[in-house]
Amino acid sequence: MNQRIYLYTRFERFWHWCQAGLVLTLLFSGFAIHGTHAVIGFKTAVEVHEIAAWLLITLWIFAIFWHFTTGQWKHYVPTHEKLIEMARYYAYGMFKKEPHPYHKTPDRKHNPLQRIAYLGVKLVINPLLWVSGLVYLFWGSMADYVPLALKQVASLHTLGAFMMLCFLLLHVYLATVGHTPVAHIKTMITGWEDPHADESPGVEPDDELSNNVAIKKHS
Amino acid sequence: MAYKHKKIFVFILSMLCSVLSLSTQASTADHSQFEVLKGPFSSGQEVTAACLSCHTEAAHQVMQTRHWTWEYENPLTGEVLGKKTMLNGFCIGDRSNEAFCHSCHIGYGWQDNTFDFNEPTNIDCLACHNTGEYKKIAGMAGHPSYERQEWPKGSGKFIEAIDLIGVAQQIGSTSRETCGSCHFYGGGGDGVKHGDLDSSLVHPSRELDVHMASDGLNFSCSDCHQTDKHQVPGSRISMAAAPSGGAMMRGQHPSEYQNPASCQSCHGNDPHKGDLMHSSRLNQHADIIACQTCHIPAFSRGGVPTRMGWDWSVAGKLTEEGKPFFTYDEEGNITYDSRKGSFNLGQNVEPVYQWFNGDVSYIQPDSQIDPSDRVAINRFLGEPGSADARIWPFKRFEGRQPYDTELKTLLVPQVAIPNDTSFWYNFDWDKALLAGAESSGRPFSGHYDFVDTQMDWPITHMVAPKEQALDCASCHTSEGRLAGVKGIWMPGHHRQSLLDQAGFLLAGLILLGAAGHGSMRFVTRNKKSGG
Repeated sequence: MNQRIYLYTRFERFWHWCQAGLVLTLLFSGFAIHGTHAVIGFKTAVEVHEIAAWLLITLWIFAIFWHFTTGQWKHYVPTHEKLIEMARYYAYGMFKKEPHPYHKTPDRKHNPLQRIAYLGVKLVINPLLWVSGLVYLFWGSMADYVPLALKQVASLHTLGAFMMLCFLLLHVYLATVGHTPVAHIKTMITGWEDPHADESPGVEPDDELSNNVAIKKHS
Repeated sequence: MAYKHKKIFVFILSMLCSVLSLSTQASTADHSQFEVLKGPFSSGQEVTAACLSCHTEAAHQVMQTRHWTWEYENPLTGEVLGKKTMLNGFCIGDRSNEAFCHSCHIGYGWQDNTFDFNEPTNIDCLACHNTGEYKKIAGMAGHPSYERQEWPKGSGKFIEAIDLIGVAQQIGSTSRETCGSCHFYGGGGDGVKHGDLDSSLVHPSRELDVHMASDGLNFSCSDCHQTDKHQVPGSRISMAAAPSGGAMMRGQHPSEYQNPASCQSCHGNDPHKGDLMHSSRLNQHADIIACQTCHIPAFSRGGVPTRMGWDWSVAGKLTEEGKPFFTYDEEGNITYDSRKGSFNLGQNVEPVYQWFNGDVSYIQPDSQIDPSDRVAINRFLGEPGSADARIWPFKRFEGRQPYDTELKTLLVPQVAIPNDTSFWYNFDWDKALLAGAESSGRPFSGHYDFVDTQMDWPITHMVAPKEQALDCASCHTSEGRLAGVKGIWMPGHHRQSLLDQAGFLLAGLILLGAAGHGSMRFVTRNKKSGG
């Protein structure tokens, strides 16, 4: 792969980093409300958490619209192809400098593990947090219509928060496993994936597409 | 906008109050002009006869009130309650001490069960309607002193005769002073009983009571306890714990009875306004928490201590000369009195909190008690989380008082009447308890001991300005004020510890895994491909 490819459009990058900031803010303020830390007071934490939640919801409404109008949702369709290879690569192959089993193109920019992880965020973690969070927020007027006790709603929201925290930790770490530790991060900032001879110098991905890549530029 | 409305509302309210207070001064009737009030009067009853010659319906109205009957039927149990028979942990009971206790009865001459509750002139109009210089003397069964006399007898102190003509001609509306002359001194002294009612409320600061503040809204008691036909609403004996009728006009008579002495009767059911972030959240809190819980952060805030504990069992110690004595704390408050025992005092006391739906059960003189445990003289009832209950603040008083070890009943001693059986004059429990039992017609085995008791007092006065209301973190924290209150889930206080442990454990494992994986990458960074 010797050509820069444009993977992430301006909106996608804006969405990603805003979401990152808001998720961090929500985790920080959420754990303050939860009583895990007392860096900020309870009332401040509630205010920050609520404002950040509304911003994230707004952002997500735009993002969902974007996913469907641009067809970007297709990047999250899970596949079992190369799945085992990817897992094996992270667990073992990358230390032996084996070739990366997956080749990114603008048409399929996430590897099978990423697809599953991000789909999980979109279809499990986010909805769990939103629904439980909104029920929690409007409990005073919703209590009669929800077949759960407040304790259960709160616990589901906390469960979602821990799932998000775990995803975040994994995601941040795996962001450093590119051909250089900052390569993926740079791509997420500029949108461009630099030309590189894959994760190990001199090794081409073992991928049928690699020999027949149609590089499309998105703008 | 809402803030502006509030300002206008407060302005109108204060205008209304000043007009009302002017109207009493500039009343259409100058009572000093009335022939019938020119005297002479030899007794309170004669003054009452004069009052009733114009106020023809007053006696009938007053006789329907609990202020007159000291009697009340508990709708929960059908028991007859009221000061006449009820027990408490302070001066314990009224029976056998009538002449003393009934200085706070709105009548003249109730010193035993021969008192005629149907005699209109036995009503004491002046007790509530004097504008000063009127005092009913403890021990005179509701009468003021009609002549200069030594009181208590043998004390060397003298009290002056009351000027009945002057008091009658200066008659007026009830006031903080007249209501307070009894309600601030319940239990035998200033602030002793309630904790949220004491003489500091005669001229309170805004910090002490935002409604009654002399330099603010300057409410009198009856501004909230809006009285109709002499019926004063808002007794602690039958409280509206979770009023939901909303705001009402003063003077309005809703079809269903609504207690005008509730916060909601003026502020409505959604009182928090103008804060986009928190108003609706706070209004939702009001569905389960009484207004008082947040807005009265502590009681006894006016500088008058309240009695939090009273141990009768140590009463009766005498000096070497055989005289009763007092001991005082560093602020000069009595902490031991030979006549009464030892006291714990409290100021700026944080209340205890519990669910309350308006129902209260009381230990009665014939109730069986379990002396192995602290005996709850009253219990405020309410199912946690139920719609008719709110979480209320209470003063929790702890007493130690006599009980019959055979019959397992609480005993009422005769203490305050100068004779040879009263405890304060003889320091002899056997005589005092026997006299108390005989007077109330209760059996007494002759065997007694002292038992720990507890009594709760709902806190509803001394409402602080809103800046001083409890903040979120007063409760939403691990050791918050509502710790232990059932039926609620408070973020910041409650958590599923198993979920927390599992969550943080998993996050920790991920970090550990990342560290391991990263180290492996670092170690193998120079490895040749495929190697």
